[in-house]
Amino acid sequence: MSKVKERLVNGIIKENPTFVLTLGMCPTLAVTTSAINGLGMGLTTMVVLALSNAIISALRKVIPDRVRIPAFIVVIASFVTIMQFLLQGFIPTLYDALGIYIPLIVVNCIILGRAESYASKNPVIPSLFDGIGMGLGFTFALTIIGAVREILGAGEVFGYHIMPASFEPIRIFIMAPGAFFVLAMLTAAQNKLKTVFAAKGKDVSKVGSGCSADADCSSCSESAACAHKFIDTDAVPGESLEEGAKRREEEIKQNKSEAEDISADGTDSEDTDSDDADVEYIDIDDLGTDEEGK
Amino acid sequence: MMVKELLILLVGSSLVSNVVLSQFLGLCPFLGVSKSTKTAAGMGVAVIFVITLASVVAGAIYTYILTPLDVTYLQTIVFILVIAALVQFVEMVLKKFIPSLYQALGVYLPLITTNCAVLGVALTNVQKQYGILYSTVNGFATAVGFTIAIVVLAGLREKMAYNDIPESFKGMPIVLLTAGLMAIAFCGFSGLL
Repeated sequence: MSKVKERLVNGIIKENPTFVLTLGMCPTLAVTTSAINGLGMGLTTMVVLALSNAIISALRKVIPDRVRIPAFIVVIASFVTIMQFLLQGFIPTLYDALGIYIPLIVVNCIILGRAESYASKNPVIPSLFDGIGMGLGFTFALTIIGAVREILGAGEVFGYHIMPASFEPIRIFIMAPGAFFVLAMLTAAQNKLKTVFAAKGKDVSKVGSGCSADADCSSCSESAACAHKFIDTDAVPGESLEEGAKRREEEIKQNKSEAEDISADGTDSEDTDSDDADVEYIDIDDLGTDEEGK
Repeated sequence: MMVKELLILLVGSSLVSNVVLSQFLGLCPFLGVSKSTKTAAGMGVAVIFVITLASVVAGAIYTYILTPLDVTYLQTIVFILVIAALVQFVEMVLKKFIPSLYQALGVYLPLITTNCAVLGVALTNVQKQYGILYSTVNGFATAVGFTIAIVVLAGLREKMAYNDIPESFKGMPIVLLTAGLMAIAFCGFSGLL
């Protein structure tokens, strides 16, 4: 029982997929034009996440390591298709509002990420509640973001007018650019909290910036959804899923320590990159002044 | 007549309803691989290649396999598997036969496998009931739109690299703000059609 509670709290607060891990940003930006859309998308994702986690966990000893990604995708896509039909049949307004983003739940980083990092290594019940916890965390985040955008952009929450008549709705917040601005503020606040917590000596290593932070998707490597090959041709034949998971973790650790060695040498690729940019910038600047001089 | 329609589709999908800036598909590579214009352009070319190819294949599978068998409800499952397998197959073919192209695009290909833009385009094509020709043009145009957006963002980021930015806004937040301003600019294209 305590395990169940721990998974729920972990998903909603400690590893909130949107606010802490910053995963699954495509739907977060696209469907949060209103609180009700955010809530609908969140709950749909939660159902898919919980059921696919449970099934993948039940099948974890059967699925060969080499084809685990396609196997996971088939399970996830089946549940997404079922949810799509249920929504179309019972809540057609939500189905129309979410449109193409319902089938796109298949490629949501969170779902494949949880399958790879939790469900494929743990028993069914904890996996099911891990899915529910993560799903509730996602729902919570999407509803909040949706509500903020709806208040600023239309002066309403869940369709109820709450702002005084003198408030002029800032239309741009329910349009596409508003989504980027809201997310920018959110990640800025996250950065700020991260520095505050780090100063207090708390562990902030899990606070990520999603797929977006690094060119090589390394922050996603825990979730393995981004940079992973469809069929893992490097996998050792005959290896079970758990053995494979252990081996991959070791490889990731090894890669990390290698990366640290490289950066310690001062030959970090990022540094050289920005140096190049700097040189180019100065060149262009010089040209500009030359022309002005003439 | 058809040329005119295709031209409108080309402009509409690449600029007016830009895949990243108005539909939010493919945000991961858009924000992640836009540190320099060179890598951004490489990513863009890889995306054009993959999305165009995936549109053709997905369109053909939908028209010639799923529709005759009356199993169009399997589209999501079939498309995602076909796209993922296609990307890895293309990677292997390039590695074996055109190593120079593999050198240029190879690192980006695995990143595209689970890119929502590819699946998004395939599903949009089906939803709007485009034929194979229209699907291909739509896929190509969408990918060109992605390339334009990512190269422009990379150019802006190169200029911003040494700007004085508040501590909390360093990294992702400032990039997202830039993307937001770009989205406003792209809203202007809606007057084109």
